Amino acid sequence: MATLFDKLWQAHRIAAAGGGQDLIHIDRILLHDLSGARALGEVAEKGYRVPHPELAFATPDHAVATAPGRTAETFARGTAGVAMLRDGANRHGIRLFDLGQDGQGIVHVMGPELGIVLPGLTVVCGDSHTCTNGGLGALAFGVGSSELTHALATQTLRLAKPKSMRVRFEGVFPRGTTAKDAVLHAIGALGAGAGTGYAIEWAGSAVRALPVEQRLTLCNLSIEMGARMGFIAPDETVFEWIAGRDFAPKGAAWEAAVAAWRALRSDDDARFDADHAIDAGTIAPQVTWGTSPEHVIAVDAPIPAPDAAPDEVRRKAWADALAYQGLVPGRPLAGTAVDWVFIGSCTNARLSDLREAAAIVRSRRVAAGVAAWVVPGSVRVKQAAEAEGLDRVFREAGFDWREPGCSLCVAANGEAVPPGARCVSTSNRNFVGRQGKGARTHLASPAMAAAAAVTGRITDIRKPF
Amino acid sequence: MEPFTTVTGPAAPLLRANIDTDVIIRVERLVGTTRESMGAHAFEIWRRRPDGTEDPEFVLNRKEFRGAPILLAGANFGCGSSREGAVWALAGMGVRAVIAPSFSDIFRNNAFQNGLLPVVLDETTVRAIAAQVEAAPGNARVTVDLEREVVIAPDGTVHSFAIDPARRETLLAGLDDIGLTLRAADAIAAWQRADRAARPWAWHVVPQQRT
Repeated sequence: MATLFDKLWQAHRIAAAGGGQDLIHIDRILLHDLSGARALGEVAEKGYRVPHPELAFATPDHAVATAPGRTAETFARGTAGVAMLRDGANRHGIRLFDLGQDGQGIVHVMGPELGIVLPGLTVVCGDSHTCTNGGLGALAFGVGSSELTHALATQTLRLAKPKSMRVRFEGVFPRGTTAKDAVLHAIGALGAGAGTGYAIEWAGSAVRALPVEQRLTLCNLSIEMGARMGFIAPDETVFEWIAGRDFAPKGAAWEAAVAAWRALRSDDDARFDADHAIDAGTIAPQVTWGTSPEHVIAVDAPIPAPDAAPDEVRRKAWADALAYQGLVPGRPLAGTAVDWVFIGSCTNARLSDLREAAAIVRSRRVAAGVAAWVVPGSVRVKQAAEAEGLDRVFREAGFDWREPGCSLCVAANGEAVPPGARCVSTSNRNFVGRQGKGARTHLASPAMAAAAAVTGRITDIRKPF
Repeated sequence: MEPFTTVTGPAAPLLRANIDTDVIIRVERLVGTTRESMGAHAFEIWRRRPDGTEDPEFVLNRKEFRGAPILLAGANFGCGSSREGAVWALAGMGVRAVIAPSFSDIFRNNAFQNGLLPVVLDETTVRAIAAQVEAAPGNARVTVDLEREVVIAPDGTVHSFAIDPARRETLLAGLDDIGLTLRAADAIAAWQRADRAARPWAWHVVPQQRT
């Protein structure tokens, strides 16, 4: 009667660490130019050894420009972080996918696509969206730079085991509804803190039917519901997707791995500390209206009034959010004029995301006055998209086609949505100032973002436009 | 790490829910800023007006709460980004303990790594303490006592809180997690040798050539 989470935890538990904590083995460490560089600096400063550099992988993504022709120097303030990442990686023999090299990309796009992340592995990165990798059935979670240093120096972490939650999407997602919409809907229904203290297993027939890249999108937003870890039981869809990737096992090792991975599922009689079921067939395309991912509604639903909030804290939060976003309650979001569109991030910058967006954009033009960017998730994604001509679709429509990185998701690289501008974004956070000081963010799927770009308004893709 | 035993002082009430780490420290402050200097930038989105001057209305700018060692906050405090800079920024402005109905898991772990105590009390209690603080601004004192695992409100009422025993011990002693773990190096190595035999595919990371 074990859950998948119990099995993953037990398989990595070295010993009890006392006081309710376990010492957990870490299979993969991913490093980027902010927290990764800091952790490598800390390792050097304290003089720690890195016992398993072959299990760590580094790539710059956060504080690097995404303008065509960029180098580490293009965004001057980010140069030092990239240099620290390079130096640390070189010093310890850690594999680095540097700017301009094959493999570079947003760390949570790069890890799965190169076969670095595999089902059943524990994966840490100094980045809260590490949970993305749970889409492959990995136990992947974000840590701060101190815990990252701990992982580098010991290949372990001291952790208290979270409780288990299952969220099932049963049925079939309607046309126009993606994994992004499904998870935003769940966050809206259950709350941005509902998963705090839990590891979430995303399950149900609608999830089992999702292709791998959408599973990564779904798990990516686990943290926006408060859960540090979110994952989906790996299945044949995942094994087929991983087979042959650069760092994936090959030959007899592959056969042994798949045999082990087939056992990675919750037992039929497993008990969860919390269990939710959501009817997949009722979920419409979602758009956030406020400044927390839980501030989300169907694109055709009215913007809620603060007086309808369930309590005083939320009434105040909703009123503040509406003021910041410049929105009026009672109206639907559809039809709201937008200034910016961002298609990118570890949530939605994989090849299938770009295909969905391109299908909307094809033979259309970006609306007058709208700045629209596509930032592919990795060098591999960019090359694959260019090989099938997606870059031309976007460019001819008036989009910027840029180099891989986090870019406007987190605005750590000098790229930002201007104050007061309204941006439909395929990223994961609509926090105050997240995309730039005073920027107003509306989270949505790639197709919804593409539709907003060509119409200049938040648009319901289920209707003709 | 600075040990945490007992802290007494003003408690700044900031009772918003879902205070995210992007708001606690802006991402651009993580680039090229030392951790020691992050306190100056804590909550700058709320602390400063668009022209860069201080907003006198914001609670942490009020003279009675400037440098307060305790912060009272809403649920899901520290959600969002895993940036440890959020903890360094709070510590840099003098905060030693945050009292809230709940904390994001990553923030909570980061706090423990830096001697900042996250105290969970139910929402009603947090609101009651905040009301007492607001009723006597500048005079109300709150105590967070980790040894006894209690918060003492300005009116003298005592509220117990729970904390992982391991976290309590390391905070009280100011111990470093890595040092503790490295003491178990032999056990770790033995476990890993066995694991390498059991899960060779998890350890074999030599890439194939691209064809």
